[in-house]
Amino acid sequence: MIDISESVMQFLLASIVAGPLLGAAAALLPAPPGLKGKSPEQAVLRHGVTVTGVILLAAIVLTLGFDHDHPSTMQATTDITWIKALDVRIHLGVDGISLPLLLLTALLAFLCALYSYFKQPQGPSPRAFVALLLVLESGTLATFAVLDLVLFFLAFETVLVPMYFLIARWGGEGRQAAAWKFILYTLLGSVVMLLGLLLIGVKAGTFDMVALATDNGRGLTTSVQVIAVLAIGIGLAVKTPMWPLHSWLPDAHTAAPTVGSVLLAGVLLKMGTYGFVRIALPITPDGMRTFAPYLAAFAVAGIIYGSLACLALARPGNKGDLKRLIAYSSVGHMGFVLLGIATMTPTGVNGALFANIAHGLITGLLFFLVGALKDRYGTADLDTLAGATGAALYGRAPRLGALLAFAAVASLGLPGLAGFWGEMLALFGAFEPAAGLSRPAFLTFMAIGAFGTLLTAAYLLVVVRRVCMGGPRPAGETALADVQGYELAAWTPLVALTVLAGLWPAVLLGLTDPAVQQLLAGGTK
Amino acid sequence: MSPETATAAAPSLVQSVDWLAIAPPTLTALVALVVLVADLFVPAARKQLLGWTSVAGLVAAVALLVPLREGDRSTFCLTADTQLRACSYTADHFTLVIQFLVLGGALVTALLSIADTRDRLPAGEYWFLLLSSAAGAALLPASRDLATLVVALEVASLPAFALVGLRRGDRMSSESALKFFLSSVTATAVTLLGVSFVYAATGTLHLTEVAQRLGDVPGQLQTLAQTGVVLTLVGFVFKTAVVPFHFWVPDTYVGAPLPVAAYLSVVGKAVGFTGLILVTVVAFPSYADVWGPALAVLAALTMTVGNVGALRQASTRAWSAVRLLAWSSVAQAGYLLVPIAAAAYSGDDQIGATVAYALMYAVVNLGAFAVVAVVARTHPENRIADHRGLYAAHPAAALALGFFLLNLAGLPPGIIGLFTKVTVFSAAVDAGLGWLAVIMGVNVVIGLFYYLRWTALLFRGPEGETVRHRAPAPVTVAVALTAVAGVVLSGYPQLALRFASNTLF
Repeated sequence: MIDISESVMQFLLASIVAGPLLGAAAALLPAPPGLKGKSPEQAVLRHGVTVTGVILLAAIVLTLGFDHDHPSTMQATTDITWIKALDVRIHLGVDGISLPLLLLTALLAFLCALYSYFKQPQGPSPRAFVALLLVLESGTLATFAVLDLVLFFLAFETVLVPMYFLIARWGGEGRQAAAWKFILYTLLGSVVMLLGLLLIGVKAGTFDMVALATDNGRGLTTSVQVIAVLAIGIGLAVKTPMWPLHSWLPDAHTAAPTVGSVLLAGVLLKMGTYGFVRIALPITPDGMRTFAPYLAAFAVAGIIYGSLACLALARPGNKGDLKRLIAYSSVGHMGFVLLGIATMTPTGVNGALFANIAHGLITGLLFFLVGALKDRYGTADLDTLAGATGAALYGRAPRLGALLAFAAVASLGLPGLAGFWGEMLALFGAFEPAAGLSRPAFLTFMAIGAFGTLLTAAYLLVVVRRVCMGGPRPAGETALADVQGYELAAWTPLVALTVLAGLWPAVLLGLTDPAVQQLLAGGTK
Repeated sequence: MSPETATAAAPSLVQSVDWLAIAPPTLTALVALVVLVADLFVPAARKQLLGWTSVAGLVAAVALLVPLREGDRSTFCLTADTQLRACSYTADHFTLVIQFLVLGGALVTALLSIADTRDRLPAGEYWFLLLSSAAGAALLPASRDLATLVVALEVASLPAFALVGLRRGDRMSSESALKFFLSSVTATAVTLLGVSFVYAATGTLHLTEVAQRLGDVPGQLQTLAQTGVVLTLVGFVFKTAVVPFHFWVPDTYVGAPLPVAAYLSVVGKAVGFTGLILVTVVAFPSYADVWGPALAVLAALTMTVGNVGALRQASTRAWSAVRLLAWSSVAQAGYLLVPIAAAAYSGDDQIGATVAYALMYAVVNLGAFAVVAVVARTHPENRIADHRGLYAAHPAAALALGFFLLNLAGLPPGIIGLFTKVTVFSAAVDAGLGWLAVIMGVNVVIGLFYYLRWTALLFRGPEGETVRHRAPAPVTVAVALTAVAGVVLSGYPQLALRFASNTLF
């Protein structure tokens, strides 16, 4: 959109990845004179806002400087040797697939830092909190920006330790067990993924993702591709998470602090699906074709499973936790993303990428809202919240109620909001899967997936009815604070983008579509 | 036989010795003797001098590696006409890296023990034993014949037994020394038997010649040669503390003075796997189909048993910190074996992965022991639970220990730990040992659990008041040295990993 020289773009991308790391190191040092603020806590939280804000600005400038006429070419690329022995290069770059994810990550991290500045997390010193948040941001951004398989693995692993500590230290009830489950599960997956990545590297002689994608699997025999996709797929599927490897997710979400849940759902899960699109599809297409029907089957199983679990949690008397409910809804939504990827068609993959972003925005917002509810009520237990007739948020805190209802209908895929396009395109892709994939099977998956959207609508409407509506309030009830200024500041961008992406999907699809076409076609285009 | 050598004049029987090449181990041994003699004349108040002399000697020995960096020297060569140039002492790249590791490890150990020799340990004996053992360990990687190899192994081990038992008036110390001694001597005896069998079958002791002649051992000696190969490996496997020869490790580490435990876990292990590499890859390549699968199975067993042992350590038990490090060192030995096993399938380039891994392991394990030594000054019970709230009392030490432990686990921010693990995985995948890679993967996850549990404890709120206690300067230097080495390696992993990419011999 605006013309920025290549070297500035390179610098921007490199600083987006490395900036938060430096910020994390700086957070551990005492504040310099003049920046001490009211207290050390306040100073370090403000430091977090500043750093994430600068990174967000850099990401926005990068987006503006991105050549939107050629989203399929890698831009702002840096390619320098790092470890010659392993042939690992610091290869960074963005294209239409990674740019939206980078932007989403930078945005959510900034909003989280902003939210924590006004609402200090409950737990030990905020110094470590900010440092961990920044390391987490750096790892996630690096995952979306690197173009080297080993570096991808490194970035993938970087988020584990910070997230572990965020859950174990600042989390709620059952945090220790949840944090352990999270890190051991994901590490087991990513070690298996490493074996797959190494297999590709050893057999193809390079770890460079661009070269491998251009090669489009021609340098790898089908059996190698099958093993590699199996190994890599398991690692990514744990992260995504794909049913039946999802069991770490509900616990982690329930126990994590609000900010942790937002980042976990908003961006960490996307690392899994991004890996499928960036690695499995272009580098090992034959292996992917072998597993695509299974992936799709697991995906629709996840859609149905997630919705049924949510329906059960939403029923009165089941003591359903709202955070757990949204976590299960994530399993369902990520099921649509995986279904889109499994179709191996441009339509499906575009839908998957769109749903990725939409889920990040909407679920991020939902977790913020539920976190706010939990702060006000002291619990996120649906039965306690709703009581006999319902929590009547519309009456007691109208803006909070309205926002919750908005996020819920966005999540169920109301046309005109972001949640709609991704899931529709994914189902569309399944209607006509790529050549070589069984159409009847995918038609069945499509039908099941479509049924899943109905179930999704059902449980979200139940939640809205029980939380937002309700009978007349008993007299003498303590007043409930409505949306505060800082909350509005943290949530408005998410609301606005949800509407924007819903009304003008071309903003996103225009970026992803050329890149997806090129990825699926390999180096031929 | 080539005509040139056949017509050459009768060679002189007196060899010229390349003193520079053998300088690092020789200097270490000399300083050991000097310290032993000086101990007789130095007054008790000045015993500290002995420690600093030893440190200086080790620094000089490390410095002497620099002029050798070309890696092309060898000495004590056969003067007789043979097709292969066979030398007993070779200072190639492999030798130099391991010597660097061994001498550097001894240096850090020396820094750790300066405070201990002030009150708890007899100074003169301690320094003499430590330096002699280091000299033997530095000689071992350079040995290229079976006799020198066994001698070096013994020079490295015998002082170690005494070091373990050196804590005066401590029953556990002497008991563990005896345990260590008896089992180790048995293993060495078995190795010696194996060496004699190999000699009987091939008629030579030089590794390269053994390799050549093992290929055409006459039929009736086949069994003898095979038995010899297997028995020779036993002694080195024992030193590396490979399952099923690992039982001595936890008790010995707990009984030994803390710096000695650190020394055994790094230098002792280096002795074992270096010998193992030399005999397998250099001497017995033609028997790769025997030792390859055997080492692969042993590696899998070792890492699993070690990790399960470490997992079972209750953090409130006395000496649980050292016990956990002992079991974790058993597990790490399993990872070290993987590339050696892989070398049986796809050539000796894989050895570099072991060397790179050993470098990382040496740095972070010594560092971890150094921080444990800092904590042990206020909590002599050495429980893991004592580390709770270390961040509040010693922020730098806590950050360093967290970094070391995450390196051992192989997770960022321990980048060098991650990448050396990647090279080991890569060696296994390259050799087609997929099953071993998967077992190792599961083990890495088990390992993470106990390393991270310990790391998390460091940053918990302290129980009761924190006592700020100044650590002695040499220990601080040791922590700083290892931490800086770890951070530099993490930023520029090529420093360690370059050994993984090219052949070392």
